[in-house]
Amino acid sequence: MYRYDEFDHAFVTERVAQFRAQVARRVSGELSEDEFKPLRLMNGLYLQLHAYMLRVAIPYGTLSALQLRKLAHIARSYDRGYGHFTTRQNIQYNWPKLGEVPDILAELGEVEMHAIQTSGNCIRNTTADPLAGVAADEIDDPRVYAEIIRQWSTLHPEFSFLPRKFKIAVTGAPNDRAVTRGHDIGLRMHRDDTGTPGFEVMVGGGQGRTPIMAKTIRSFLPVDHLLSYLEAILRVYNQLGRRDNIYKARIKILVQGVGVEAFAEMVEAEWRHIRDGALDLPAAERDRIAAYFAPPPYEDLSADCPALDGAIDADARFAAWVESNVHPHKRAGYAIATISLKPHGGIPGDASAAQMDAVADLSEEYGFGEIRISYKQNLILPDIPKADLHALWLALDSWGLATANAGRISDIIACPGLDYCNLANARSIPIAQRISERFADLARERAVGDLSLNISGCINACAHHHVANIGILGVDKKGTEFYQITLGGVADENAAVGAIIGPAFDEMQIADAVETIVDVYLQQRETDEPFIDTYQRIGPGPFKEKLYAPDQAR
Amino acid sequence: MPLIKHGKLVEDTWHDTDDFADVQALAALGPVIVNLAVWRQHRDAILALGGTLGLRLAPGQTPDIVAADLHRFSLIALEFARFTDGRAYSQARLLRQRHGFKGELRAVGEVLRDQLTFMLRCGFDSFSVDTKRQAESILDAVAEFAHWYQPALDGAATIPALRRRAVDRGEAAAPAGCAANWAY
Repeated sequence: MYRYDEFDHAFVTERVAQFRAQVARRVSGELSEDEFKPLRLMNGLYLQLHAYMLRVAIPYGTLSALQLRKLAHIARSYDRGYGHFTTRQNIQYNWPKLGEVPDILAELGEVEMHAIQTSGNCIRNTTADPLAGVAADEIDDPRVYAEIIRQWSTLHPEFSFLPRKFKIAVTGAPNDRAVTRGHDIGLRMHRDDTGTPGFEVMVGGGQGRTPIMAKTIRSFLPVDHLLSYLEAILRVYNQLGRRDNIYKARIKILVQGVGVEAFAEMVEAEWRHIRDGALDLPAAERDRIAAYFAPPPYEDLSADCPALDGAIDADARFAAWVESNVHPHKRAGYAIATISLKPHGGIPGDASAAQMDAVADLSEEYGFGEIRISYKQNLILPDIPKADLHALWLALDSWGLATANAGRISDIIACPGLDYCNLANARSIPIAQRISERFADLARERAVGDLSLNISGCINACAHHHVANIGILGVDKKGTEFYQITLGGVADENAAVGAIIGPAFDEMQIADAVETIVDVYLQQRETDEPFIDTYQRIGPGPFKEKLYAPDQAR
Repeated sequence: MPLIKHGKLVEDTWHDTDDFADVQALAALGPVIVNLAVWRQHRDAILALGGTLGLRLAPGQTPDIVAADLHRFSLIALEFARFTDGRAYSQARLLRQRHGFKGELRAVGEVLRDQLTFMLRCGFDSFSVDTKRQAESILDAVAEFAHWYQPALDGAATIPALRRRAVDRGEAAAPAGCAANWAY
């Protein structure tokens, strides 16, 4: 894992002191709320419905046990004993007091963390594949580049007052687990003919009210040019992005407006001026950062694990958890375990301080003290010997953290919704709870198989409902919450935006509607066909017919 | 309005105006800053006056469009219509780095304390601010950070450059791989 050196330490310390002074000037009235707002946002501090909300960055989704314990400590000392993991590898605290936020930031600085640029119209926390470094299909570790981008983008003098927020995601593998096409810039690693790794650069993705998948503007960018190319894209956007209308200010609208070819040409023209300059990354510097992400001291283990096979045979609940929550590791004898933060009937993405401490302990007991955060709002233990999986599962189960639903229908991504957020039109959490309760039966959920269902409480689409197989969007109709369903969204390397199936359902009907959709799928599917394949084969017709049949009380 | 130049509160000797009777009236004002529309409309007449000239560019007026005339100006003023409108940061860097503009680069409009270091690092060297009190508090902002990550126009060594020096001198600790290096 990356470690701060004296320069990184000094920087976050200075940043905390700066924010402490800004808070004092706000409290004294020297700064107006209008002037303070962009400053606090660039430190992750929002003003929500009931209180301030602090969003802390977990750069590229990697945490040490020590860092996770600190997050637990902050939840316990400054909040109400829990934190909420988000789709962009952040953690949110919903009840901090303004005067204590500088203290929280100082505590974060002690463990090499910060809340810099987790909000505001600037380059946000750069996200990456949560399986970086351990996935079997990886070309190169994306965290190396995400860390390089983190440093370059931190308080960038030119790009701190952009037209709108700007999100970058990096993946080093062909299977996209970072929704790169859903970002303002998505970077996907490939190798060229000589085997040299480089990035496919995709620009102009985003969800919100205008969901658009990013378009490729360069099929291969050698990695040493990464920062100069990003700077060229940002410079074009900073000058030409719309600032008159917040809904048209993202780079996707600019790219759509001028056309992807013309936009690519503008970027290339700018890049020709600045490439081969001070931003180019010497190989020695890249190697130095890469060394921080060197593999842990794995043992030589056999790929076969009779102890695991025996435990799977002996315990059906464990077997189900292994089936959905355990993924192949690049190293023989090891596995990757997803810790679901989606208990049936629970709040998606929430973890208590005690659970965070428990996961930190388990990461040290069975792994190398490392924890990952996924955009699905789950935790991941990346390096578990297969022989230890059962013991890990037993321990997780005692903490309510062994729900066997990773990738299943109840692995719901949900935003905080109207329960917390002042942008929301409708509640998300109670809907997620109600739907997941319908699939609490293990056998039934297993029979349904892999299916993504995401719920956003407003058109800002924080919960990625556009790219869910079943997307649910909360809307307000004359003061009543309604829920619109989209079908057919995909978030992986074949990313696609779902289509609205028909009129919205009210709060009492929405869980039934989801069950209807699942029933149609189960009736129509061919052997082992996942939901999305069935949908793509049969189209929306059969679903629409059943959902809006006259006998369905709507 | 109070003016900060090269880190000090100074007297502003420039006359920045959109409002004058005719081009000849500009001659009486001394060093004068005109906007782009005036410059385009009266370029030859203004040049004939022979005075010291400045040009004010609004957000969105890229320096490229006056590239050929930049050498005629001793000062370029870039407007921050709102402090949240960051276009002038790119304009400033382009003026300095692309067009080699060596004259005074002045920030006008909503110029606030907490944006000052960004402006300095993008090549601004003078700042027109609302009040004298603000001018004094603004100067404190410059000392908030010792080093920065990105190469910019403040001429300071970046953190990556300082790091490489430390590595070359053998003073930097070698990175320890994986999470095991988190054992304090």
